[in-house]
Amino acid sequence: MSARDRILAKLRANSPSTAGELPDVASWYAGHRPVESAADKAQRFRHFIELAHAEVYRVSRDGWLQKLWEVLSARHIDKLLVSRDTPHGERALAELPQSGIACQAYTQAIESWKAELFHHIPASLTGARGAIAETGTLILWPDEREPRLMSLVPPLHIVLLDASRIHNTFYEAMTTEGWQDGLPTNALLISGPSKTADIQQTLAYGAHGPKELVVLMIEEDLQ
Amino acid sequence: MNAPQTPHTLHFMPSAGFRARSKNVVENPFLRQSFRGAMDFLMSKRAAQFPDAEELESLRSLGERIRQYNLAKLPDLLLRLEDKLTGNGIQVHWAETPEEANEIILGICHKHSAKLMVKGKSMVSEEIELNHAAEAAGVGALESDMGEYIVQLANEKPSHIIMPAIHKTKEEIASLFAEKVEGVDYTDNVDALIQIGRTVLRQKFLEADIGLSGVNFAVAETGTLCLVENEGNGRMCTTAPPVHIAITGIEKIVEKLEHVPPLYSLLTRSATGQNISTYFNMISGPRKPGEKDGPGEVHLVLLDNGRSQAYADEQLRKTLQCIRCGACMNHCPVYTRIGGHAYGTTYPGPIGKIVSPHMLGLEATAGLVTASSLCGACGEVCPVKIPIPDLLVRLREEAFSEPKANPAMRGQGAGHNGLISNIWRGWAMVYRSPTMYRAVSWLTSRFNWLTPSKQGAWTSVRVPLKPAPKRLRDMLAERR
Repeated sequence: MSARDRILAKLRANSPSTAGELPDVASWYAGHRPVESAADKAQRFRHFIELAHAEVYRVSRDGWLQKLWEVLSARHIDKLLVSRDTPHGERALAELPQSGIACQAYTQAIESWKAELFHHIPASLTGARGAIAETGTLILWPDEREPRLMSLVPPLHIVLLDASRIHNTFYEAMTTEGWQDGLPTNALLISGPSKTADIQQTLAYGAHGPKELVVLMIEEDLQ
Repeated sequence: MNAPQTPHTLHFMPSAGFRARSKNVVENPFLRQSFRGAMDFLMSKRAAQFPDAEELESLRSLGERIRQYNLAKLPDLLLRLEDKLTGNGIQVHWAETPEEANEIILGICHKHSAKLMVKGKSMVSEEIELNHAAEAAGVGALESDMGEYIVQLANEKPSHIIMPAIHKTKEEIASLFAEKVEGVDYTDNVDALIQIGRTVLRQKFLEADIGLSGVNFAVAETGTLCLVENEGNGRMCTTAPPVHIAITGIEKIVEKLEHVPPLYSLLTRSATGQNISTYFNMISGPRKPGEKDGPGEVHLVLLDNGRSQAYADEQLRKTLQCIRCGACMNHCPVYTRIGGHAYGTTYPGPIGKIVSPHMLGLEATAGLVTASSLCGACGEVCPVKIPIPDLLVRLREEAFSEPKANPAMRGQGAGHNGLISNIWRGWAMVYRSPTMYRAVSWLTSRFNWLTPSKQGAWTSVRVPLKPAPKRLRDMLAERR
């Protein structure tokens, strides 16, 4: 018998006869938080992610690139990692170089440029799939266009978020979007820049991931 | 019932000697202060996250219900998880013992001729002493969680399951870095120390052949491994190296994705008093064609190591509800005084006392279950309502009752002492019979001068016990 069969046999020999009814998660969340307007959700999201040391800027659908440029210039950063084939990536690629910021697109498999990514990319721009108001959390589903390491390795991570895509809770986000029917290879919740309190409970930012997280939040047409 | 197996023994630190190690810590004012301060801090952070007692209670009940539901279906869910993960391209391995788990992991390392494995925080990897086994097999195993990195540099083990280096002051860490990290001068500035760790470990994430991680929740319905962390090292370990190996206990499984949000919320709020962690990393497969990063291979090792023994008993099964938040140790008056190393087990504190007997046998852990005042704080703060004090009483019974022929628990009766149990038997006899009680109490008060002045551990710090010269009943009779 294999280890698998032995473990399963031991468990089966002593399993309770019934598990009872499925836990009612839905009704707990139904009473958990009142339904908020999109503007209130944006406000709550902002409050909590700022508590976690992220910077949030209110931007318009047309004007976000200007704010992005300001964020980068204020830090004297002249190089940005972007995605090809996303509207925001393409726009950055088309317009930022004229303002003195070199844009590099993540088009090669990581093996061919790993050391460069780890040592020579100061900042990145990605989109967010959505966000969660209750905890101040960004939802990212990395894919071929915006791979996983884009939101992890560069010391400054800038995220473009459409405020109309903010959910009340994590539970609401996954159930309304039907995540149970299939998740991508990697899905992420990000709630601030990387941090640690492992040395004498003293909070320090920039442990292994981004030292700074900047959210450009498009707050237009919110009901 | 299956025959009890030989219990696993930890190489790094012997479980025996609990009493001596506790004494050492209690007599060290610096360590006492470290732990007291840290525990007070964590308790107030947790309290601030649960301002609404009613919400907390209903959420704990939901958490308990979810854990019990999923444990009840455990064998079926394990098969579903295996099926779903395999479909997603994740390779599933099963290990009954720590030795088997190490063999599987090192086998994968050898297949890839791996020289360096970077590790995210995983208590299960501590439980199997993977670093020890990897070193023996010629594979470098490097901890990358800041706390774990510090503890590894110091050649120690974690003293807390959430904050591994909680026993160390920043000055100690500063000296450690200056001594052990090349080209580093002494600094006790916390930000500077973290940046040193960041610089060293970044290079290692880049170079590593294997990334190892634990798992906080494994979701059967979607075939997803969920990881909770703040630093980003967990994401590094599971994303940057070409191979990712995750290891988890068989109990960390939920059927539905919607079971995750309540447990995740309970976990971070109970553990560190955060409303959410910086990262929640959901992994449902290796790199797909077209994707430009992520590991090409993902493995999951499912470890039993005594969990099926706890599972076999309806009451002890509740041990497996644990989501490893550490709130029980933060609120434990014993842990606060003796710290995590004194226990000599991978998991210290109240949860350690109830889970370790299944992993290591009661022979090595009988002393641990007695080290509790049964104050009940651990049970009260447990986010999934594990009745820890009841389980401690139960395990005391298992450890100290007369050895049985075919015990369900490894090491049952290991702490049994014939003399003591005869004394209690006599005591029960005397207290059941009024005539005998009267006779014995008359004798003890009359001959109280015969009591010895040295009464073992009692008199090491207290005056000897001596029966009163007059019995209560005699004094009452005089007053009439």
